Amino acid sequence: MIDAAAIAFQIVQSIFVAATAPLLLGWVNQCRCWLQNRSGPGVLQPYYVLGRLFHKEAVLAENASPLFWATPYILFGCMWLAGGIVPVLATDLPFAPAADIIALVGVFALARVFISLAALDIGTSFGGLGARREMLVGFLAEPAMLMTLFTAAFISGSTQLTTIVESLARREFAIYPSLAFAAVAFLMVLLAENARIPVDNPATHLELTMIHEAMILEYSARHLALIEWASAIKLYAYMTIGLALFVPWGIAQGGNWPALPFALAALALKLVVAGAGLALIETVSAKFRVFRAPEFLSTAFLLAVLGMLIHFLVGQ
Amino acid sequence: MAPLSLQLVNLLAAVLLLIAFAMLSQRRVLSLIRLFAWQGAALAASTIVVAHSMSQPHLYVSAVMTIVLKVLFLPWFLHRLIDRLNVRWDVETLINIPATMLVGIGLAIFAFALATPISEMASTVTRSTLGIALASVLLSFLMMIVRRKAVPQVIGFLAMENGLFFAATSATYGMPLVVEMGVALDVLVGAFVFGIFFFHIRETFDSLDIRHMEKLKQD
Repeated sequence: MIDAAAIAFQIVQSIFVAATAPLLLGWVNQCRCWLQNRSGPGVLQPYYVLGRLFHKEAVLAENASPLFWATPYILFGCMWLAGGIVPVLATDLPFAPAADIIALVGVFALARVFISLAALDIGTSFGGLGARREMLVGFLAEPAMLMTLFTAAFISGSTQLTTIVESLARREFAIYPSLAFAAVAFLMVLLAENARIPVDNPATHLELTMIHEAMILEYSARHLALIEWASAIKLYAYMTIGLALFVPWGIAQGGNWPALPFALAALALKLVVAGAGLALIETVSAKFRVFRAPEFLSTAFLLAVLGMLIHFLVGQ
Repeated sequence: MAPLSLQLVNLLAAVLLLIAFAMLSQRRVLSLIRLFAWQGAALAASTIVVAHSMSQPHLYVSAVMTIVLKVLFLPWFLHRLIDRLNVRWDVETLINIPATMLVGIGLAIFAFALATPISEMASTVTRSTLGIALASVLLSFLMMIVRRKAVPQVIGFLAMENGLFFAATSATYGMPLVVEMGVALDVLVGAFVFGIFFFHIRETFDSLDIRHMEKLKQD
């Protein structure tokens, strides 16, 4: 039943996700700087970058079609929607029945299609290159992502993300080998999908091997700001999906206001640890050649499939 | 919910299978040997858990044998062997690694399907891991087939023996001690024979590539 409290919860969570996503990005960058013995720009830097970009005047290429300038808004909308579906602070959100895990992967795919089309729109060589590579990574990462989510869905008997988290968070403690496999596969998909280091380098506009940055070279000002913000929300959404599936403890139920501060504290702690972990992974690993990315992602797919098979065989 | 010991055995079985896949995808001989040692360690740990929870004292002996033989001695022996043979090169495979992995998934599904009716008949509580044991045996087989050089093939053979031990533990709480000791001795002797054999292959063909052995006579 949808009541006012649950809707209020939904609104709070959606605004919270959009507002704190750059903070997470800033934290990851800060950790990376510390690990590389640099002082770092501070965790608030992504906000300054967004503020600066929003104040600039947007420049569009002469041959840009409406698709080109519409894409940042679509992208931001997709990611924000995903951030609203994922149980970040609470389960039992009124938005959640709108989309299960398959639709969630579809939302991410929609965003990918539009950014790739926009990259092809201007007709520069870098855009085409980036779009092709993005599609290569995307079509390999998607099945792995689905298999990972299916493993969790089989354990809890539902494809509804909130129901999965609900049943995983409230169960008695047990070791699930299948979930361990799924967690490793999910981590690999997270790295590939968010253009992190073994697959793509988020901190460069110069390398010939770049994927994500090659697609958005033509954007400026508020369009670029929206894309950057959407990427931050995407990272946030992926991380919170991972946290919700594999360490779901401490999440609040929808409409349960007293549990909110505790859920907030648990989420902050988990994100701080996860962000530092991501920075550590990015520091200790070297970037692959582009042609090694399929191997990386097929390993992720393999692990996810193994997890599901083991779930069927062992029954837990 | 199953007791913690059974969950632990299931987890270790999953680790065993994971290592079998990792060995299949591995490109370097040295990492292959390290993975083989880890697989032995996982096997020993699961044997100890079964021995403790099912109070089967003879399994402790087989666990100790596994540790001494497969975690310590054989990796050391293989290290020495590849040092002497000077073969730290990258492993060559007959088909590329992603394709091998896909074949591996197919084999794992086949093994799981095959083992399900068999494990119905077993009376042990760990019977559900029989499929995993069978899968790791088949994966080691696959590794012996797709590798071109002699050393990885021998590691595949030894890893297959790990899978067999695990199958015995999960289906019947281990074979009789005499059989297990006999198998362990066989593996030991086998490793020595292979070691001598490597030197002979290299002396005859100047290489450890077993493709050369297809030629029956020198012309």
